[in-house]
Amino acid sequence: MAKAHKVVEERTNGYKSGSNLERVLRAGHFAVTGELGPPQGADPEEIRRKAGLLRGVVDAVNITDNQTAIVRMSSIASGVLAIGAGLEPVVQMTCRDRNRLAIQSDLLGAYALGMRNLLCLTGDHNIFGNHPTAKNVHDLDSVQLIRMVKDMRDESHFQCGDEIEGVVPSFFIGAASNPFGDPFEFRPYRLAKKVAAGVDFIQTQLIYDIPRFRDFMKQVVDMGLHEKVYILAGVGPLKSSGMARYMRDKVPGMIVRDEYVDRMAAALKDIPKEEKAQRQEALRSTGIQICIEQIQELREIEGLAGVHIMAIEWEEAVQPIVEGAGLLPRPAVADEASKGEGVG
Amino acid sequence: MIVGEQKPLKEIMDLLGDAQKVLVAGCGTCVTVCFAGGEKEVGILASALRMMSKMEGHPMEVDEVTVQRQCEWEYIDPLVDRLGDYDMVLSLACGIGVQAMNERFPKMVTLPGLNTTFLGLPEEQGVWEERCQACGDCILGVTAGICPIARCSKQLLNGPCGGSQNGVCEVDPDVPCAWQLIWERAVALGRIDQLLEIQAPKDWSKSRDGGPRKIVREDLRLEKAE
Repeated sequence: MAKAHKVVEERTNGYKSGSNLERVLRAGHFAVTGELGPPQGADPEEIRRKAGLLRGVVDAVNITDNQTAIVRMSSIASGVLAIGAGLEPVVQMTCRDRNRLAIQSDLLGAYALGMRNLLCLTGDHNIFGNHPTAKNVHDLDSVQLIRMVKDMRDESHFQCGDEIEGVVPSFFIGAASNPFGDPFEFRPYRLAKKVAAGVDFIQTQLIYDIPRFRDFMKQVVDMGLHEKVYILAGVGPLKSSGMARYMRDKVPGMIVRDEYVDRMAAALKDIPKEEKAQRQEALRSTGIQICIEQIQELREIEGLAGVHIMAIEWEEAVQPIVEGAGLLPRPAVADEASKGEGVG
Repeated sequence: MIVGEQKPLKEIMDLLGDAQKVLVAGCGTCVTVCFAGGEKEVGILASALRMMSKMEGHPMEVDEVTVQRQCEWEYIDPLVDRLGDYDMVLSLACGIGVQAMNERFPKMVTLPGLNTTFLGLPEEQGVWEERCQACGDCILGVTAGICPIARCSKQLLNGPCGGSQNGVCEVDPDVPCAWQLIWERAVALGRIDQLLEIQAPKDWSKSRDGGPRKIVREDLRLEKAE
């Protein structure tokens, strides 16, 4: 076991995975990740088109795994296409659709195909998606998934204890955290469990309640968790007051402060209904502006290492947000030893 | 107890097809207590079948019987003398009772009149809720006495998912979040430490995933194994 561990260390030059995201975070830069939703079809151009909007704008991009339990192109296959388009993927993996055998074999494949970042998720319940009568798996939960991936990387063994032969999949391991779910008091502890399980970075749920997020981060900092894991705050541009209201009232585990609903509504004030293009532009620029301000506000909070921008089906918004927040150009962290490995 | 629910009458009629003489067989244990397949429900269903078959133009002769426990040989064996008279048996027992009848009386078709729903308890009169999935490896000792296998929609072992809000599960506002309940009870008992331990992946081989389960107690067997 110790020998295999050493091989890993040498291969990645001291990094856990050598991914671009890991290098950016290790170098102390404020990281920016984005999100790319694969199509509900088999067209590779969809991935390439969206990747083109995010390339050079984010350090890595999450590729969702049957998000909201709707069948889409596989996150690993989409990740291969993203790499081809010059964008580093964070492969999302949920516990909903695969048992421990399927997850591990997919991870071996993902690593062989060049994936270096992995986000370990429980997964949205299948009742919300387009196959509500499916049998869900949940053989593992997200904490157990993190531990399994860490053991594969650092102990060179599968979940069952058998040794991995040859190349060990060495992922930079991520997970989600929802500071707005209940029981609120348990949330920092749940994050602590993910840290104890071996997570390297955290992306939070969308934040539309900064005061509450501040309370959460204070507990996280008091527990010293921010020194053990990179925490990226989740943000996303609002498209309309209706969207903000829907998320506030209908989406479980989300809190949206009224100020955001009101500001999106106010964006349309004094613009006549017939002026469709003008209204659209007002919403667009207000949504982006709020997001920029949120990022600036979040950067002041102790313990944050970056932002995760979720603009699903509005990838065009990411560039102006990152630029407006003063986070362009993205850093290029040189690493002589890992050059030529096709990483990052 | 085992909780069941009667199948829709239409489905039962379709299952019975053109049978002319039917015995509706109830069970006097769990399904009696949950008002799904006891003597009273047997009587009501038998009447309904008689009326409906008559209305549809092929009147069915329907008799009734209820045994104490359809899942034990000694209670169903006495039925052997009666069965010759019928085309089919419609059992209002749980799935165990239906299978016991089919196993004991291989020449008779015994059909299910209930959907066996879960292992649970009556929360109040007329409301039943699941409590146990018979996973074969009880973890109630480390989850504040509340089972996340039966009660969490994702069977999580290490805390709530992101969809828990205001005490309810994201799946249905009428479903309490199991982890909210676990957290509150652990806090009340001063035992949150055990929730902070990482629970390892569950051994599902002890559940149904290991195939049908069997317990052999040599100390109780009448004919000892060699």
